[in-house]
Amino acid sequence: MTDHVATLTPAPPVTRESRAVPDARPRISVRKLDALFGSNRAVRDVSIDFPDGQVTAIIGPSGCGKSTLLRCLNRMHETIPLTSVNGEVLLDGQDVYARGINPIEVRRRIGMVFQRPTPFPTMSIRDNVAAGLRASSRERPSRQREDQIVEESLNRAGLWDEVRDRLRDSATALSGGQQQRLCIARAMATRPSVILLDEPTASLDPLSTQKVEELVHQLRGSVTVIIVTHNMQQAARVSDRTAFMLLGELVETAPTSEIFTTPHDQRTEAYITGRFG
Amino acid sequence: MSGVLGLAAVLATLPLIFLLVHLMREGASSIDLAFFSRMPKPVGETGGGMAHAIVGTLILVGVAGAIGLPVGMGAGLYLAEQRGARLATSVRFLSDVLNGMPSIVMGIFAWHFLVRPVGHFSALAGGLALGAMMIPLVTRATEEMVRTVPTALREAALALGYPRWRTSVVIVLRTALPGIVTAALVAIARIAGETAPLLFTAFGNQYWSTRLNEPIAALPLQIYEYAKAPYDEWHRLAWAGALVLIALVLIISLLARFVTRSKHGGVGD
Repeated sequence: MTDHVATLTPAPPVTRESRAVPDARPRISVRKLDALFGSNRAVRDVSIDFPDGQVTAIIGPSGCGKSTLLRCLNRMHETIPLTSVNGEVLLDGQDVYARGINPIEVRRRIGMVFQRPTPFPTMSIRDNVAAGLRASSRERPSRQREDQIVEESLNRAGLWDEVRDRLRDSATALSGGQQQRLCIARAMATRPSVILLDEPTASLDPLSTQKVEELVHQLRGSVTVIIVTHNMQQAARVSDRTAFMLLGELVETAPTSEIFTTPHDQRTEAYITGRFG
Repeated sequence: MSGVLGLAAVLATLPLIFLLVHLMREGASSIDLAFFSRMPKPVGETGGGMAHAIVGTLILVGVAGAIGLPVGMGAGLYLAEQRGARLATSVRFLSDVLNGMPSIVMGIFAWHFLVRPVGHFSALAGGLALGAMMIPLVTRATEEMVRTVPTALREAALALGYPRWRTSVVIVLRTALPGIVTAALVAIARIAGETAPLLFTAFGNQYWSTRLNEPIAALPLQIYEYAKAPYDEWHRLAWAGALVLIALVLIISLLARFVTRSKHGGVGD
């Protein structure tokens, strides 16, 4: 599938308010990536570029390896026992799997939000947002600076007005949708250049889903967003580029409008038109 | 059938009810301020209390907790986080064995290693024996509690750039803490009433002592001494001591309940 390496010249996306970033260089480049569970190759020889400041959606049926690919980008795949990774993931040109690279540093530069909201139940709303800033005991910002970052992050996540009066309350008191936006705020607080969303709306109601999608839309430009979804409409709504995966292989990557109108690969077309999935 | 089971259920609580009623009848009248604040009186004199034994039990439990809690919690966290590791499997098995160890054996063991080499009984030896009994209780309970923390939380912390150990302590252990505190209190309640491990270690003391390197009084030991003595006055105090001991255990158990139900955070809220 190496012939499907993404081209670096993005066609203008035809999503609403077309805001293509001209000359977007890849923020992350994946080269010949294999991800294994034991001897089972869940991701096979994938090479793909994620352009800076754009939203890339990864779609495909359940079990196609899209989440695994995502988890390889911030070295979360290796936290599961008996897994391994071959190949390269270049973040700003630097292989995150190179010798001497600390996975913790990688994860601080690449934020991640999961399928189900994961607020820390013992922490207040405020402390949840600040959690990433306290990941290491060194280099903690001052209380004042922390307050600033918390407000800023909640604002970006569109949650500030809803929680400003109850920052000290437990985060579990929030609704599912609010919790998920809180998790996005938490991921944004450390100012990562990339944010990974692993089916972020899978457990949310339509209204909350819409809010999260709007949020993704706003993040674009300032952050590189990679979103895994099995909801094709969602991919069409939020992304500039879409990658289609099947059985661990990357079938096709193209501007979203192109994938959904004139896919090159028959398998992509079959999936898009709902012949399987 | 359900009638039979219901009867069994009632029978199951009967010993407790019978015991409490009897203790109240025999012991309640002897409990006054003096019981908590005074030392025992010589044989033949009435009055006096068990202040030294109450304080002694608190000290013993304190020493036991200082050993049993950190070791047990650390081991439990290890077992939960390294589920499949070979060391974990054997530690889990051994801790179950230790859990079933008769307490008198623990006492003899403590005597052999802590009393005999030193040449005299001590509060420290008693506390260590009780602490050793606490370890497997706390270990297994901590493991159970930590396991109920969803993997998703652990992953969320790792994804934020938390190192593994920090994730374990700041996120996982903290989330499981209410459950662990409950388990710790149950373990304390359990060992507070132990007599056998103290017979050859703390030994008991008729005089006031709070020193760790000297024999120390304890409620269960004092009850044992007084109950087998031939004096009515001592029998009376033994009943009172039993009631206080039961009340202590009951209060700790209730506290455990309360902690489990407390609102802020934790698993299962």
